[in-house]
Amino acid sequence: MAKKKFVVGCFDKEELLFPAVKKVRTVGYKIKDVYTPYPVHGLDQAIGMRETSLHTAGFIYGLLGTITALGCISWIFTKDWPLDIGGKPHFALPAWIPIIFELTVLFSAVGMVLTFCYLSQLAPFVKKHHFHARATDDLFVLVIECTETTNTDEAESFLSNNGSIEVKTEIAEDGWWFGRYDKEEKLFESNSVVA
Amino acid sequence: MASSIKLNFEIPSKMKTWSYVLMGIGIVALIAGLVTKGMSTDQHEKDVFLGTLMYNTIFWTLICNASMFFISFNTMAWAGWHVSLKRVSEAISAMVPIFGAITLVILLYVAFSGSHIYHWTDTEAVAHDKILSGKSGFLNIKFFTIWTVLAIGLWSFLGWRMRKISAMADEGAMNKQAGHTFIIKNVKVAAVFLVWFGLTVGSTIPWLWMMSIDAHWFSTMYSWYNFASTFVSGIALIALWVIYLKNKGYLEYTNQEHLHDLGKYMFAFSIFWAYLWFSQYMLIWYSNQPEEVIYFKHRVQGPYKGIFFLNLIINFICPLLIFMKRVSKRNYTLVTFMSVLIIFGHWIDYYQQVIGSISKEHVTLGWLDFGILSLFVGMMIFGVSKALASKPLIPKYHPFLKESVIHHT
Repeated sequence: MAKKKFVVGCFDKEELLFPAVKKVRTVGYKIKDVYTPYPVHGLDQAIGMRETSLHTAGFIYGLLGTITALGCISWIFTKDWPLDIGGKPHFALPAWIPIIFELTVLFSAVGMVLTFCYLSQLAPFVKKHHFHARATDDLFVLVIECTETTNTDEAESFLSNNGSIEVKTEIAEDGWWFGRYDKEEKLFESNSVVA
Repeated sequence: MASSIKLNFEIPSKMKTWSYVLMGIGIVALIAGLVTKGMSTDQHEKDVFLGTLMYNTIFWTLICNASMFFISFNTMAWAGWHVSLKRVSEAISAMVPIFGAITLVILLYVAFSGSHIYHWTDTEAVAHDKILSGKSGFLNIKFFTIWTVLAIGLWSFLGWRMRKISAMADEGAMNKQAGHTFIIKNVKVAAVFLVWFGLTVGSTIPWLWMMSIDAHWFSTMYSWYNFASTFVSGIALIALWVIYLKNKGYLEYTNQEHLHDLGKYMFAFSIFWAYLWFSQYMLIWYSNQPEEVIYFKHRVQGPYKGIFFLNLIINFICPLLIFMKRVSKRNYTLVTFMSVLIIFGHWIDYYQQVIGSISKEHVTLGWLDFGILSLFVGMMIFGVSKALASKPLIPKYHPFLKESVIHHT
């Protein structure tokens, strides 16, 4: 985990955000992320994020669930402990389908939730830097990650020229750390550091 | 409204020729079938001929009616996304009166001619049959006739009302008040249609028309199963027409986003269909009561085994695996392929539901079935293209058109 320098621009309108994102990308700034109060349709494509593979993972988990259920039940009822139930064949597939279905859903649901948490680095006590508290309320917060060539003043004026109502540069932790929000000063300390 | 938008569909001569060819093949098959089977002295041959006509006409009536259902529930939910392709579903629903009339004639002929297909029409047999006399309050010719006439009549009438109201969206720009009145007018017809749809397709009609072929057997799942079957094929039919028109350069406002939603419907309702298929099958298999199992005996273990499982593969496994990915629902070629597959699959399903009960010993799928299918496909192409050409393809002044244009999934 390392500290990095970011230029933050806040927008109060969705109509201004999209053209700004487009321009920021054409000019060549590196977008770290855009934080929005609600899911914005089409924003992920606009930022140029790649399509998530979470569905593929979900499919594999589901398949795993199907195989587990089918393997387990068929082994128990045909090899380990065959029982005569109402004269049905030992390999009674239709009767197992509800269980197989349930296990498929369970595996894919739990697996996808855990994978999602892993991918977005979510867990109890895992903390990440908030660039602007109003990103959870009514502002769209566009964050540019600075490289060696980025001129922060230029980037700031570029953002405010493109409709940003509030611009700042800050040095913040890029990754995550363990901590608690109510006992954390780290969140606010970087506000004063302007490089 | 850009001037480059092509509003009026002109029927290509190639399409006309194709529909005539298909109908020609169909009529030849119909006449040949009538001579070899329909006028045969063997009652069984006659029944197979009538059954073939029956399941084809019922299938096509119901999938065209599913278009009307599609319009109605979208209107009822004040949905806007479908407006850019609304005229396509309207044109398909315009086939309901025509196919409905054919269905009516065939069903009434089957009921009144003393054919063996509807065992419950034989009053002599019903009187000595405890189960059938118990059902006679529902399964009798009087109720059958009245309900069939009412069902087809009201579907046609409400569809006609809906299309008439929709034409108001071509006349001129509406202000807020007029737009509101227009939507409410649509909603009223849609509401009545949905209730009637629930009372007919959602419950009684498949029981009366098809389940009553096995007069002693019953399944409460049957109507829902048939509803899912016709709905998913109805959406596939809409998707096919939309893609065709897109290919010809029409429907500029309809794009991949709309196709994606149609694909989602096909995906979801294929799974819904499989859910009902399984619910019906598993309960009967599990309880193993002779009077219930009789329906599945020759289908699962008899001559219909192949068709029975092919049905499950085409209508469930293929849509499940192929439509699962987002890109495949947005791909015109793949959606076309899947739509054809789904319509064919559910046609086969209707085949085994009807003929499987009439001809239990052997599968009759052959030239007659495909001939009659081609007759109906030809009529569908002919009728729908005519209906499409009669009105602008986009309801220009529909209050929700903008919502459809900017639709994003």
